[in-house]
Amino acid sequence: MVIAFWTLAALTLGAAAMIIVVRNLLHAVLFLILSFIGVAGLYITLSADFVAVAQILIYAGAIAVLMIFAVMLTPRSSRNNAGNFLQLPALVLSGLIAAGAAIVAYETEWREADRGSFDTTAAQIGDALLSPFVLPFEIASVLLVAAMIGAIVLVRED
Amino acid sequence: MTPPLLDARVDLEHVLVVGAVLFAIGMYVALSKKNAVAVLMGIELMLNAVNLTFIGFARFIESPRPIDGHVFAIFVITVAAAEAAVALALAVAVYRHRETIDVDRISLLRW
Repeated sequence: MVIAFWTLAALTLGAAAMIIVVRNLLHAVLFLILSFIGVAGLYITLSADFVAVAQILIYAGAIAVLMIFAVMLTPRSSRNNAGNFLQLPALVLSGLIAAGAAIVAYETEWREADRGSFDTTAAQIGDALLSPFVLPFEIASVLLVAAMIGAIVLVRED
Repeated sequence: MTPPLLDARVDLEHVLVVGAVLFAIGMYVALSKKNAVAVLMGIELMLNAVNLTFIGFARFIESPRPIDGHVFAIFVITVAAAEAAVALALAVAVYRHRETIDVDRISLLRW
Protein backbone atom coordinates (compact mmCIF):
# COMPACT_ATOMS: atom_id res chain seq x y z
CA MET A 1 0.00 0.00 0.00
CA VAL A 2 2.77 2.40 0.91
CA ILE A 3 4.74 1.53 -2.20
CA ALA A 4 1.64 1.94 -4.38
CA PHE A 5 0.83 5.29 -2.78
CA TRP A 6 4.28 6.77 -3.28
CA THR A 7 4.63 5.35 -6.79
CA LEU A 8 1.31 6.91 -7.79
CA ALA A 9 2.21 10.16 -6.04
CA ALA A 10 5.50 10.29 -7.96
CA LEU A 11 3.63 9.54 -11.21
CA THR A 12 1.07 12.27 -10.54
CA LEU A 13 3.54 14.93 -9.49
CA GLY A 14 6.03 14.00 -12.22
CA ALA A 15 3.39 14.22 -14.92
CA ALA A 16 2.18 17.54 -13.49
CA ALA A 17 5.73 18.88 -13.51
CA MET A 18 6.17 17.75 -17.11
CA ILE A 19 3.22 20.03 -18.01
CA ILE A 20 5.43 22.94 -17.02
CA VAL A 21 8.51 21.74 -18.88
CA VAL A 22 7.19 20.26 -22.11
CA ARG A 23 7.30 22.48 -25.20
CA ASN A 24 4.27 21.27 -27.16
CA LEU A 25 0.80 22.06 -25.85
CA LEU A 26 -0.65 18.73 -27.05
CA HIS A 27 2.03 16.83 -25.15
CA ALA A 28 1.10 18.92 -22.11
CA VAL A 29 -2.51 17.72 -22.46
CA LEU A 30 -1.29 14.12 -22.61
CA PHE A 31 0.75 14.60 -19.44
CA LEU A 32 -2.33 16.16 -17.84
CA ILE A 33 -4.27 12.96 -18.61
CA LEU A 34 -1.47 10.91 -17.05
CA SER A 35 -1.64 13.10 -13.97
CA PHE A 36 -5.43 12.63 -13.73
CA ILE A 37 -4.99 8.85 -13.92
CA GLY A 38 -2.37 9.02 -11.18
CA VAL A 39 -4.79 10.95 -8.98
CA ALA A 40 -7.42 8.27 -9.63
CA GLY A 41 -4.92 5.66 -8.46
CA LEU A 42 -4.27 7.69 -5.32
CA TYR A 43 -8.05 7.67 -4.68
CA ILE A 44 -8.01 3.88 -4.91
CA THR A 45 -5.18 3.64 -2.37
CA LEU A 46 -7.35 5.84 -0.10
CA SER A 47 -10.25 3.34 -0.64
CA ALA A 48 -12.41 5.80 -2.58
CA ASP A 49 -13.45 3.50 -5.39
CA PHE A 50 -16.47 5.41 -6.69
CA VAL A 51 -14.65 8.73 -6.83
CA ALA A 52 -11.73 7.05 -8.58
CA VAL A 53 -14.02 5.72 -11.32
CA ALA A 54 -15.73 9.12 -11.62
CA GLN A 55 -12.29 10.73 -11.89
CA ILE A 56 -11.28 8.40 -14.74
CA LEU A 57 -14.59 8.88 -16.58
CA ILE A 58 -14.95 12.64 -16.20
CA TYR A 59 -11.41 13.98 -15.98
CA ALA A 60 -9.36 11.51 -18.00
CA GLY A 61 -12.27 10.98 -20.40
CA ALA A 62 -14.45 14.02 -20.89
CA ILE A 63 -12.36 16.98 -19.78
CA ALA A 64 -9.24 15.69 -21.54
CA VAL A 65 -11.17 15.28 -24.79
CA LEU A 66 -12.57 18.80 -24.38
CA MET A 67 -9.05 20.17 -23.92
CA ILE A 68 -7.73 18.34 -26.97
CA PHE A 69 -10.68 19.74 -28.95
CA ALA A 70 -9.91 23.25 -27.71
CA VAL A 71 -6.26 22.91 -28.74
CA MET A 72 -7.20 21.53 -32.16
CA LEU A 73 -9.87 24.18 -32.77
CA THR A 74 -7.39 27.02 -32.23
CA PRO A 75 -4.81 26.06 -34.85
CA ARG A 76 -3.22 29.42 -35.55
CA SER A 77 -2.57 30.31 -31.91
CA SER A 78 0.79 29.46 -30.43
CA ARG A 79 1.33 25.79 -29.66
CA ASN A 80 4.60 26.21 -27.85
CA ASN A 81 3.34 26.24 -24.24
CA ALA A 82 5.49 29.25 -23.45
CA GLY A 83 5.49 31.10 -20.16
CA ASN A 84 4.61 34.72 -19.59
CA PHE A 85 6.29 37.46 -17.56
CA LEU A 86 4.78 36.17 -14.30
CA GLN A 87 7.01 33.06 -14.16
CA LEU A 88 9.28 34.10 -11.29
CA PRO A 89 6.57 35.57 -9.01
CA ALA A 90 4.37 32.55 -9.73
CA LEU A 91 7.22 30.21 -8.79
CA VAL A 92 7.82 32.07 -5.52
CA LEU A 93 4.11 32.22 -4.67
CA SER A 94 3.38 28.57 -5.39
CA GLY A 95 6.50 27.48 -3.53
CA LEU A 96 5.40 29.51 -0.52
CA ILE A 97 1.91 27.99 -0.65
CA ALA A 98 3.23 24.43 -0.91
CA ALA A 99 5.65 24.98 1.97
CA GLY A 100 3.00 26.66 4.11
CA ALA A 101 0.42 23.93 3.51
CA ALA A 102 2.99 21.20 4.22
CA ILE A 103 4.07 22.87 7.48
CA VAL A 104 0.44 23.27 8.58
CA ALA A 105 -0.26 19.61 7.70
CA TYR A 106 2.62 18.42 9.87
CA GLU A 107 2.15 20.85 12.77
CA THR A 108 -1.59 20.35 13.30
CA GLU A 109 -2.85 17.68 15.71
CA TRP A 110 -5.40 15.98 13.46
CA ARG A 111 -8.26 14.08 15.09
CA GLU A 112 -7.50 10.83 13.30
CA ALA A 113 -9.87 7.89 13.41
CA ASP A 114 -8.89 4.24 13.63
CA ARG A 115 -11.75 3.01 11.50
CA GLY A 116 -9.63 1.51 8.74
CA SER A 117 -10.50 1.68 5.07
CA PHE A 118 -14.02 1.78 3.63
CA ASP A 119 -15.09 -1.48 2.02
CA THR A 120 -17.38 -0.13 -0.71
CA THR A 121 -18.52 3.45 -1.01
CA ALA A 122 -20.94 3.58 -3.94
CA ALA A 123 -24.04 2.63 -1.91
CA GLN A 124 -23.20 5.06 0.88
CA ILE A 125 -22.55 7.86 -1.61
CA GLY A 126 -25.89 7.14 -3.25
CA ASP A 127 -27.68 7.31 0.09
CA ALA A 128 -25.92 10.54 1.00
CA LEU A 129 -26.72 12.12 -2.37
CA LEU A 130 -30.40 11.35 -2.05
CA SER A 131 -31.07 12.14 1.60
CA PRO A 132 -28.92 14.89 3.14
CA PHE A 133 -27.53 16.30 -0.11
CA VAL A 134 -30.57 16.13 -2.35
CA LEU A 135 -30.81 19.89 -2.88
CA PRO A 136 -27.15 20.36 -3.97
CA PHE A 137 -27.58 17.26 -6.13
CA GLU A 138 -30.51 18.84 -8.01
CA ILE A 139 -28.73 22.19 -8.23
CA ALA A 140 -25.73 20.42 -9.75
CA SER A 141 -27.92 19.03 -12.52
CA VAL A 142 -29.33 22.51 -13.20
CA LEU A 143 -25.76 23.83 -13.27
CA LEU A 144 -24.73 21.19 -15.81
CA VAL A 145 -27.68 22.04 -18.08
CA ALA A 146 -26.89 25.76 -17.80
CA ALA A 147 -23.22 25.13 -18.61
CA MET A 148 -24.12 22.98 -21.61
CA ILE A 149 -26.51 25.58 -23.02
CA GLY A 150 -23.98 28.32 -22.31
CA ALA A 151 -21.22 26.45 -24.13
CA ILE A 152 -23.49 25.85 -27.14
CA VAL A 153 -24.53 29.52 -27.28
CA LEU A 154 -20.93 30.71 -26.97
CA VAL A 155 -19.56 28.76 -29.93
CA ARG A 156 -22.64 28.84 -32.19
CA GLU A 157 -22.09 30.20 -35.70
CA ASP A 158 -24.75 32.71 -36.69
CA MET B 1 11.00 -8.68 12.06
CA THR B 2 9.46 -6.95 9.10
CA PRO B 3 11.55 -4.56 7.06
CA PRO B 4 10.73 -0.91 7.78
CA LEU B 5 9.28 -0.27 4.32
CA LEU B 6 6.52 -2.83 4.88
CA ASP B 7 5.96 -1.54 8.39
CA ALA B 8 5.39 2.02 7.21
CA ARG B 9 1.91 3.21 6.36
CA VAL B 10 0.30 6.09 4.54
CA ASP B 11 -0.69 8.85 6.94
CA LEU B 12 -2.91 11.86 6.53
CA GLU B 13 0.13 14.15 6.42
CA HIS B 14 1.54 12.35 3.39
CA VAL B 15 -1.71 12.80 1.46
CA LEU B 16 -1.85 16.45 2.46
CA VAL B 17 1.72 17.08 1.32
CA VAL B 18 1.09 15.42 -2.05
CA GLY B 19 -2.04 17.55 -2.40
CA ALA B 20 -0.14 20.71 -1.48
CA VAL B 21 2.61 20.05 -4.03
CA LEU B 22 0.04 19.22 -6.72
CA PHE B 23 -1.83 22.44 -5.89
CA ALA B 24 1.40 24.45 -6.13
CA ILE B 25 2.26 22.94 -9.52
CA GLY B 26 -1.25 23.70 -10.79
CA MET B 27 -1.04 27.25 -9.49
CA TYR B 28 2.32 27.77 -11.20
CA VAL B 29 0.90 26.46 -14.48
CA ALA B 30 -2.23 28.63 -14.16
CA LEU B 31 -0.26 31.79 -13.42
CA SER B 32 2.69 31.46 -15.74
CA LYS B 33 1.44 30.00 -19.02
CA LYS B 34 0.53 32.07 -22.06
CA ASN B 35 -2.03 29.84 -23.73
CA ALA B 36 -5.53 30.00 -22.25
CA VAL B 37 -5.92 26.21 -22.52
CA ALA B 38 -2.73 25.77 -20.49
CA VAL B 39 -4.11 28.15 -17.86
CA LEU B 40 -7.21 25.98 -17.69
CA MET B 41 -5.05 22.89 -17.29
CA GLY B 42 -3.48 24.51 -14.25
CA ILE B 43 -6.90 25.22 -12.78
CA GLU B 44 -7.93 21.59 -13.28
CA LEU B 45 -4.75 20.46 -11.51
CA MET B 46 -5.60 22.70 -8.56
CA LEU B 47 -9.13 21.26 -8.37
CA ASN B 48 -7.64 17.76 -8.43
CA ALA B 49 -5.33 18.63 -5.56
CA VAL B 50 -8.26 19.90 -3.49
CA ASN B 51 -10.21 16.72 -4.27
CA LEU B 52 -7.27 14.61 -3.18
CA THR B 53 -7.23 16.50 0.11
CA PHE B 54 -10.98 15.91 0.57
CA ILE B 55 -10.57 12.18 0.00
CA GLY B 56 -7.61 12.06 2.37
CA PHE B 57 -9.57 13.76 5.14
CA ALA B 58 -12.57 11.49 4.52
CA ARG B 59 -10.30 8.47 4.89
CA PHE B 60 -8.39 9.48 8.01
CA ILE B 61 -10.36 11.96 10.12
CA GLU B 62 -12.77 11.06 12.91
CA SER B 63 -16.28 11.99 11.75
CA PRO B 64 -19.88 10.85 12.27
CA ARG B 65 -20.42 10.72 8.50
CA PRO B 66 -17.06 10.02 6.87
CA ILE B 67 -18.56 9.54 3.39
CA ASP B 68 -19.42 13.26 3.10
CA GLY B 69 -15.92 14.03 1.86
CA HIS B 70 -16.54 11.72 -1.09
CA VAL B 71 -19.87 13.43 -1.84
CA PHE B 72 -18.17 16.81 -1.81
CA ALA B 73 -15.47 15.51 -4.16
CA ILE B 74 -18.22 14.35 -6.54
CA PHE B 75 -19.71 17.85 -6.48
CA VAL B 76 -16.31 19.39 -7.14
CA ILE B 77 -15.84 17.09 -10.15
CA THR B 78 -19.28 18.12 -11.46
CA VAL B 79 -18.61 21.82 -11.12
CA ALA B 80 -15.15 21.36 -12.67
CA ALA B 81 -16.71 19.67 -15.69
CA ALA B 82 -19.20 22.55 -16.13
CA GLU B 83 -16.42 25.10 -15.71
CA ALA B 84 -14.18 23.36 -18.23
CA ALA B 85 -16.95 23.22 -20.82
CA VAL B 86 -17.75 26.94 -20.50
CA ALA B 87 -14.11 28.02 -20.33
CA LEU B 88 -13.08 26.04 -23.40
CA ALA B 89 -16.11 27.37 -25.29
CA LEU B 90 -14.97 30.87 -24.29
CA ALA B 91 -11.48 30.11 -25.58
CA VAL B 92 -12.86 28.97 -28.93
CA ALA B 93 -15.15 32.03 -29.12
CA VAL B 94 -12.26 34.40 -28.35
CA TYR B 95 -10.14 32.65 -30.96
CA ARG B 96 -12.83 33.28 -33.60
CA HIS B 97 -12.68 37.01 -32.97
CA ARG B 98 -8.99 37.56 -32.21
CA GLU B 99 -7.13 34.64 -33.88
CA THR B 100 -5.25 34.09 -30.63
CA ILE B 101 -5.85 32.70 -27.16
CA ASP B 102 -2.63 34.02 -25.63
CA VAL B 103 -3.73 35.59 -22.38
CA ASP B 104 -1.00 38.23 -22.82
CA ARG B 105 -2.57 39.44 -26.03
CA ILE B 106 -6.23 39.40 -24.94
CA SER B 107 -6.00 42.80 -23.30
CA LEU B 108 -9.39 44.38 -24.07
CA LEU B 109 -10.10 44.91 -20.39
CA ARG B 110 -6.67 46.32 -19.53
CA TRP B 111 -6.72 49.85 -18.13
